[in-house]
Amino acid sequence: MTATVRIPTILRPAVGGDAEVEAAGSTVGEALRAVGDAHPPFASLVFERDGSLKRYLAVFVDGRDARHLRGLDTPVGPGAEILVLPAASGGAG
Amino acid sequence: MSGYDYDDLVRAARAQITEIGVPDLAARLDAPPLLVDVREPHEMATGVLPGAALVPRGALEKGIDHVAPDRDAEVVLYCTVGNRSALATLVLEQMGYTSVSSLAGGIAEWRASGLPVEMPLPGDDTARYARHLVLDEIGPEGQERLGGASVLVVGAGGLGSPAALYLAAAGVGTLTIADPDVVDVSNLQRQILHATSGIGTHKTDSAAAALARLNPGVVVRTRTVRLDASNAEEIAAGHDVVVDGTDSFPARYLLNDTALRLRIPLVHGSVLRFEGQVTVIDPYAGPCYRCVFPEPPPPGVSPSCAEAGVLGAVAGVVGSLQAVEAVKLILGAGEPLAGRLAVYDGLAGDLRVFTTARDPACPACGDPSAPPPLVDYDETCRPVRP
Ligand SMILES: [Zn+2]
Repeated sequence: MTATVRIPTILRPAVGGDAEVEAAGSTVGEALRAVGDAHPPFASLVFERDGSLKRYLAVFVDGRDARHLRGLDTPVGPGAEILVLPAASGGAG
Repeated sequence: MSGYDYDDLVRAARAQITEIGVPDLAARLDAPPLLVDVREPHEMATGVLPGAALVPRGALEKGIDHVAPDRDAEVVLYCTVGNRSALATLVLEQMGYTSVSSLAGGIAEWRASGLPVEMPLPGDDTARYARHLVLDEIGPEGQERLGGASVLVVGAGGLGSPAALYLAAAGVGTLTIADPDVVDVSNLQRQILHATSGIGTHKTDSAAAALARLNPGVVVRTRTVRLDASNAEEIAAGHDVVVDGTDSFPARYLLNDTALRLRIPLVHGSVLRFEGQVTVIDPYAGPCYRCVFPEPPPPGVSPSCAEAGVLGAVAGVVGSLQAVEAVKLILGAGEPLAGRLAVYDGLAGDLRVFTTARDPACPACGDPSAPPPLVDYDETCRPVRP
């Protein structure tokens, strides 16, 4: 199964600058790990040492917050869209 | 050549409708029919017929119901010379008004005859809010609600500027602007509350002056302090909505916790480069900011705006979305962005809305009986120990 992982600007350097990365996997965790295998800097931004999701990130699967579905075990269907999103602080102060 | 021009249309309308002459109307000033001024608001500002309702031509079809719900009532429309009002009379006849006429010669001939006009009262904001008054979701009642509401805007910067300007323009009765900083020339690329002449002055003072110029009917309060754990509750208390236009994670988490403690809805917005986020925190009813982002990013991951830059207009989009949400909350209109996160990507030209959810184990809002303590955080949002 292939999902599209969307990467916001500030995480793009970790995947070579791409805004979207195709990733194989049947769960959110598998898809994100596939991206991390191809781009090791991404893995260290997204995963804690124990393999859990970093707490500064929200991950949305097809528009819904995965943390409140089944987290990294949330299944992804074919063509699913995953967005990895850190909080942003800028108020343009 | 076929078709009609403006003069043809006016001539045809005047041939079909009923007109009333200035002397005839003047003779009835003791018990006048319902007078409706169909000119534009800026034209009304120099004077209107005594007791006239103000419904600009562009808002006529929607707005007339508010001032003349009875289609058999006698209505006299007027404009400057009687042309637009002739066309408008035709429209009202189509809408079923049975006793509508147009003032021949308009207010120009009225004035020329030495008859009295009155200034729209300063307190009469019918013309100012004409485009609100015709909206079903606002109308006179909603406009009154806006006038009775108070909103705290924290940060008079890139987000606070458009948010405060639109809230003042909308007629929100009381705006409190909190910001500790002074205007710097590098702010002006996006902080549209401030002008070049305001460089070096407090942002709160610069903001208050700009907002008063825009809408003198709004009461603007200023708090020239940085929000911290010791003053956040006192500054926010008593407001109906808080708009978060701050520029740091410590301030954002502190505002989140303050909103929970006071149970005041909080409109969050943030921007970076070409991207922005907006959500509404509806305390204990929807997810709080910590439910969505339990922790701020490590310093290396999240550059500040100063390091990363931001397109001024992107801050304009996000701050304007925050103003829309604040107005919706005051009116109880539409679907607030509570439990949803809007993510704007200006470069992609893309606005998406994601569903968020309350975290039952959220340290801030998980237990409604134990609101979070207010503590000052450092940049990594670890509590600062004295
Ligand atoms: Zn929460």
